[in-house]
Amino acid sequence: MSPHLRRTLRRTLVVVGHGMVAHRFVQAAVERGLTETHDVVVIGEEARAAYDRVALTSFFEVGADALSLLPSGVYDDPRVRLLLGHAVEGFDLEARTVLVDTGEVIAYDELVLATGAAPFVPPVPGHDLPGCFVYRTVEDLEAIRDAAATARSGAVIGGGLLGLEAANALRGLGLETHVVEMAPRLMAVQVDEAGGATLARHVEGLGLHVHTGARTERVLGTDAVTGLALADAEPLEVDLVVFSAGIRPRDQLARAAGLEVAERGGVLVDAQCRSSDAHVWAIGECAAPAGRMYGLVAPGYAMAEVVVDALLGGAGTFEGADLSTKLKLLGVDVASFGDAFATTDGALELVFADAVAGVYKKLVVSDDGRRLLGGILVGDASAYGVLRPMVASGIDLPANPEELILPQGRGGAEIALPDEAQVCSCNDVSKADIVAAVSDGGGCDSASCVTRCTRAGATCGSCKPVVKKIVEDHFASIGRTVDRSLCEHFALTRQELFDVVAVHQYTSFDQIVAAHGTGRGCDVCKPVVASVLASTVGGHVLEGATAVLQDTNDAYLANIQRNGSYSVVPRIPGGEITPEKLIVIGEVARDFGLYTKITGGQRIDLFGARMEELPAIWRRLVDAGFESGHAYGKSLRTVKSCVGSTWCRYGVQDSVQLAIDLELRYRGLRSPHKLKGGVSGCARECAEARGKDFGVIATEKGWNLYVGGNGGANPAHARLLAGDLDTETLVRYLDRFLMYYVRTADRLQRTAPWVDSLEGGLDRVREVVVDDALGLGAELEAAMATHVAAYADEWKATLDDPEKLRRFVSFVNAPDLPDPHITFRSERDQAVPADSDGPVLLGAAIPVGRPR
Amino acid sequence: MTAVCRVEDVPVEGGVCALVDGTAVAIFRTHDGNLYAISNYDPVGMASVLSRGIVGTRGGAAYVASPLHKQGYDLRTGQCLDDPEVRVATYDVRVDDGVVWVGTS
Repeated sequence: MSPHLRRTLRRTLVVVGHGMVAHRFVQAAVERGLTETHDVVVIGEEARAAYDRVALTSFFEVGADALSLLPSGVYDDPRVRLLLGHAVEGFDLEARTVLVDTGEVIAYDELVLATGAAPFVPPVPGHDLPGCFVYRTVEDLEAIRDAAATARSGAVIGGGLLGLEAANALRGLGLETHVVEMAPRLMAVQVDEAGGATLARHVEGLGLHVHTGARTERVLGTDAVTGLALADAEPLEVDLVVFSAGIRPRDQLARAAGLEVAERGGVLVDAQCRSSDAHVWAIGECAAPAGRMYGLVAPGYAMAEVVVDALLGGAGTFEGADLSTKLKLLGVDVASFGDAFATTDGALELVFADAVAGVYKKLVVSDDGRRLLGGILVGDASAYGVLRPMVASGIDLPANPEELILPQGRGGAEIALPDEAQVCSCNDVSKADIVAAVSDGGGCDSASCVTRCTRAGATCGSCKPVVKKIVEDHFASIGRTVDRSLCEHFALTRQELFDVVAVHQYTSFDQIVAAHGTGRGCDVCKPVVASVLASTVGGHVLEGATAVLQDTNDAYLANIQRNGSYSVVPRIPGGEITPEKLIVIGEVARDFGLYTKITGGQRIDLFGARMEELPAIWRRLVDAGFESGHAYGKSLRTVKSCVGSTWCRYGVQDSVQLAIDLELRYRGLRSPHKLKGGVSGCARECAEARGKDFGVIATEKGWNLYVGGNGGANPAHARLLAGDLDTETLVRYLDRFLMYYVRTADRLQRTAPWVDSLEGGLDRVREVVVDDALGLGAELEAAMATHVAAYADEWKATLDDPEKLRRFVSFVNAPDLPDPHITFRSERDQAVPADSDGPVLLGAAIPVGRPR
Repeated sequence: MTAVCRVEDVPVEGGVCALVDGTAVAIFRTHDGNLYAISNYDPVGMASVLSRGIVGTRGGAAYVASPLHKQGYDLRTGQCLDDPEVRVATYDVRVDDGVVWVGTS
């Protein structure tokens, strides 16, 4: 039987390759419903799922996990099958089958080629000696790192964008680094001679050696690289060589199958990215729409969307791409956009150069001086966000266009973008899309929300400042000031209030509201003040006048439930509990008639306690060695753990011990919102640590620390902050991270939106926490040390203090009389609240005490 | 009227619940020393809890926020500040020789 006849009603779509573009294709296929009719099989040659190749160099800092675009390794949609670590050996256009190196033959209805490109290695003698590398995959970087451990110096052949990235990497690995470029300047495709010279000065200022106009004749060495011979120049002594001299489309499979290819390589495709065979498509670097290949990710993404559209019957086409570039290379801003080399007839150039500051800016304008055609920015690319959309939209330039590139303070014109201007070129988002997202019905209330919902700024991030500006301008235009005041009593954010309290060393709400507020506070600002004072002053939350600042649950150290009764949660650190203690919880629940339920945080919740019963319940629990679980507080809840290496045959570290240590270290810490942690003993992640504000996952070498996860209505996966840490470093980073969050987050802002709200996002957190860029590390650690040293169990302290116990009465004039409003019925053999149908009047026979 | 407690039993900017003629009454003391009494029953949350709410000001008016869903109630009038249809009962309250008296009539 032929494969065609075996097909069922569902069709099969095979994707060859799993790089960034293939991943985007699968994402779009799932989002747009293509998987309703198609099973998708993705075959990737690399052992790991798609990762962010654009940010490849950061691999050395953050590790491979942080680069992953699919950290779980599987798509949420079960109709997508991902086969990694296997190559496709060929395909048959007649039979419509794909042959995998496992021997499996997969029949397809549609085939999408996303095989990417391979680095071009010039065929100079010695190019294959040990010590020669390319710069494309995580494995390449791992090999370079290993070789660099014993090397002293290295050369990168190629001074383009990727070559400078590679040179930066070699420098970061501690090598004396040479950049060898055949063209007369660096980044010859993007910048002109003056721009290249400015860039070279920056690069040389960092200690790199730049050789332009230099042709490599051979790689020297017999068993391994010892140097590089250049034409018309002295040879370089180097121990390793990285080739970064461009890329070539990987079109060998297509050629072998008989598909048409472009003159300069790449699968020749039409505007819908369809190849010379009607059922085969090509996207990304392996494709050549109209004969031209694109080595950037944004055009690849556009092609992915076009093919999904075509398979759904749409008419979308790929019409070439904006090759504008903005990046930071070795700490230097470089941008190139539009007609950067002034090739348009009659084009004029406006140049601003400041050799001292290392800034070069060039605008290319039309002969009448009215339209911006392109430009080059080196050293300061802050104007890129405004300039690039001006080229695309063709709006009129201001009368003095040079002001657009003058440094701030020497002009600086404000230009309003037209609605159709494309703001995000990676994801094709226009200004109108962004305004729509924050308008009525759009549902977004901040720039970070716009990025999540429209993807503007979600890929390279270079347009984020423009997105923010558009959002702010829109709110200003509709008269909505983005008011970040806490409430009518304080025109301050939580962070500002925190700073004010810390600087003036206030100890009471009265002092703070007298100096910085109005009125007598409310249910919003009082709990915030209570939380801030808990961080700055410490002490018991029910001490003196702070008791009346506490929110509902903190005020009674328990969680109020719908009928006015409370639930009680003793701390069970790491979820580990002895049988004896488990029995005590059972006995207390039985004796007080409490409904019991296991929580998601690996502890036990006891429901239905009357307020006046709380002290008696806690007397029993404290005597048995329990302490408050702070389930009632905006504070650390639990650190969940899997059973770890003690029992589990897969575990590589003792996750239970670490979870207990962390829970005991951070217990009682008051924070802007609740905080949860998790520790998994191996990569199987049974503790679901990445669903927590801080998650720790054991590796063979130590611990990976992830931050900014949560469950709930807006679930977020925690992202890698730092990898392979020893326990001491892990705790130090966590101390800093948590204190930084406690001090700077908004009220009721969990860690995930807090990270997003920071300028620079997770990278900023890493700078502060790991690199200590603000020099705050010691201070944050000291603040946490103070917290740890001052911790005392809130419930034990309450039981020991008659003043604090006074509030736990049902009626001030009948302290132990059970409130008749609280009644229960039975469900599944336990007590649950009976519905209230209004205020209850007690009979006159009930004895009521007299005031003392 | 019923004598329920001493003034100092009511925390400043806090409340207590008292039984007055079989009714649960919430008694509050504001920062300026005034005492107010309203029904303890939260008609939105359907539970007897208002005395446990946070006391403050909205506009210039003293108010309590329900501990369940944070609706505000004007302590002078019992009017819900978040829903014009909702109002809770208010009660007379006076202090005599340091003793708080509340009436339900």
